[in-house]
Amino acid sequence: MSAAPLLSVRDLSVSFATEGGRLPAVERVSFDLSPGEVLAIVGESGAGKSVTAQTIIGLTRSPNARIEGRVELRGTDLVAAGEGELRTVRGERIGMVFQDPMTSFNPVHRIGSQIVEAIRAHRSIGKQEARGLAVEMLDSVGIAEAARRVDDYPHEFSGGMRQRAMIAMALALEPEVLIADEPTTALDVTVQAQILGLLERLNRERGLATILITHDLGVVAEIADRVLVMYGGRVVEQGTLEQIFYDPQHPYTWGLLGSLTRLDRPRPERLPQIAGAPPSLLALPEGCSFRPRCPHEFAPCTELPPLQARLTGEPGHCDRCWLTPEAKREKRQVAGQIGLEAPSP
Amino acid sequence: MSGPNLLEVTDLVKHFPIKSGVLIDREVDQVRAVDGISFSVERGKTLGLVGESGSGKSTACRAILNLTKPTSGSVKFEGQEIAGLSRRQMRPLRREMQMIFQDPYASLNPRKRIGQIVGDPLKRQGVASGSELRRRVEELLDRVGLATEHYDRYPHEFSGGQRQRIGIARALALQPKLVIADEPVSALDVSIQAQIINLLDDLQDEFGLTYVFVAHDIGVVRHISDRIAVMHDGKIVEEGTADQVCEHPRDDYTKKLLTAVPIPDPREAQARRAAPA
Repeated sequence: MSAAPLLSVRDLSVSFATEGGRLPAVERVSFDLSPGEVLAIVGESGAGKSVTAQTIIGLTRSPNARIEGRVELRGTDLVAAGEGELRTVRGERIGMVFQDPMTSFNPVHRIGSQIVEAIRAHRSIGKQEARGLAVEMLDSVGIAEAARRVDDYPHEFSGGMRQRAMIAMALALEPEVLIADEPTTALDVTVQAQILGLLERLNRERGLATILITHDLGVVAEIADRVLVMYGGRVVEQGTLEQIFYDPQHPYTWGLLGSLTRLDRPRPERLPQIAGAPPSLLALPEGCSFRPRCPHEFAPCTELPPLQARLTGEPGHCDRCWLTPEAKREKRQVAGQIGLEAPSP
Repeated sequence: MSGPNLLEVTDLVKHFPIKSGVLIDREVDQVRAVDGISFSVERGKTLGLVGESGSGKSTACRAILNLTKPTSGSVKFEGQEIAGLSRRQMRPLRREMQMIFQDPYASLNPRKRIGQIVGDPLKRQGVASGSELRRRVEELLDRVGLATEHYDRYPHEFSGGQRQRIGIARALALQPKLVIADEPVSALDVSIQAQIINLLDDLQDEFGLTYVFVAHDIGVVRHISDRIAVMHDGKIVEEGTADQVCEHPRDDYTKKLLTAVPIPDPREAQARRAAPA
């Protein structure tokens, strides 16, 4: 791994003023991203995944938002950057793909002209040249007959094609970082597999660094190098793909892994579930936010555990749980597999 | 009374006309949304109907319940033909068959209180009123894991998972025999999905319900179903027990669907990627 990361997020906190009080959407999140790396951020709705990603490119800036911490892209702090500088960063250096490809394109303009406009907003090149680039990009993301389809309207594309076109637009200016927020959630599984294959190829061929936001651990297992698990606005566990899947340290991660329906295993009588619901950010419990849903709660949990490495020899594998590594190894075994045991009635 | 099957669907067809013309509409073609499907569901069992968007699974549900008039074919409920019955004729049968919808945000009237939403079917069918109605609604709320204090709240005060519980309580109010659930968990967070699937499982055991469970996620369908039918382009391409279909698929499309599902295990996922397709 190279010494200086491409993107470095340090103690990023984002809160919003609401009628119900100050809402802490993201609390002191830190991570590094290296060229060619895929970092997955997983968690449920309200965990702070999207706010984290949007804040990186300055999309959460508003009079109601308070943003603290640093986001450094090759040494430039994006939190402190001016709007003009951010506009250059968005698109040219960081591309973004959203969940719903139908609402991300303007329905009354042709796909090609929207890509051309995005390119020409950043590069002083002629329309014809930009159009050639748009065709080339559509072709490279696997749109058949790109030279003809470039003049289609968004509704003439299928969901999968629209998402490919979104990726083509995000990558047209050759950014170093791609932020993909639930890029395959709205797609059929067969199309999802194609899009994941495409993202993987772009990573390998272009050394593109990717932040992938998803709630689907199956998608994570297919494509990620490292994983950040978020809960209630905080990172509760982070580590490599192998560490998170085979040696998970936080009970919430156990619960996520345990509640998956898996085609590669015999089906269990009952699907392991996580009790309760994600917390309201306006009324986070004192101490560990997962405490009310955790069957392993004990006295120390009323104090928030720091995010730190608790396993010897694995400095990159951090979690927020007071249990000892030995206790965790024992407690996470449910019916011979990793899971969260049912709460005692 | 009518054999072990609660529901028998035979050669069910639903085509939508594509019209063209200026003054007089001419039918120029048809969308074959459901193109001759047949299956049956045993009492107390679950049939999973799986397929991708546009495969015709939602139209099939609507045609089975006579919410959209089938073009042709037969739907027998407890041995009685219901395809083509009028709204009036369907009315007494509506109690017996209910539906749970995908989007818990769109399927509950935002201006009604929870008690009203869940109690409406009971009132409309003249089953209960007054304090008896309230008692029954509270019982239902309790059964699906909501609190009786929720009776006077509005839908927006609930999370997606809780709203789906409200939808389930409403569907169960009239003690139906058949419940058709159209993508009931696909809009929910993973940890909540498991809760709702387990709840549906428990309710089936308790009330002897028969389910048609429609979803695009074959992992979820396999977990809850006794038998699975795979739909593609309006047709059922394969049907069998859940384990047969998932472990020994015969149809090419079923195989494609199964291999496209990501394996939440990095080593196995890598092994599969490395293996020649």
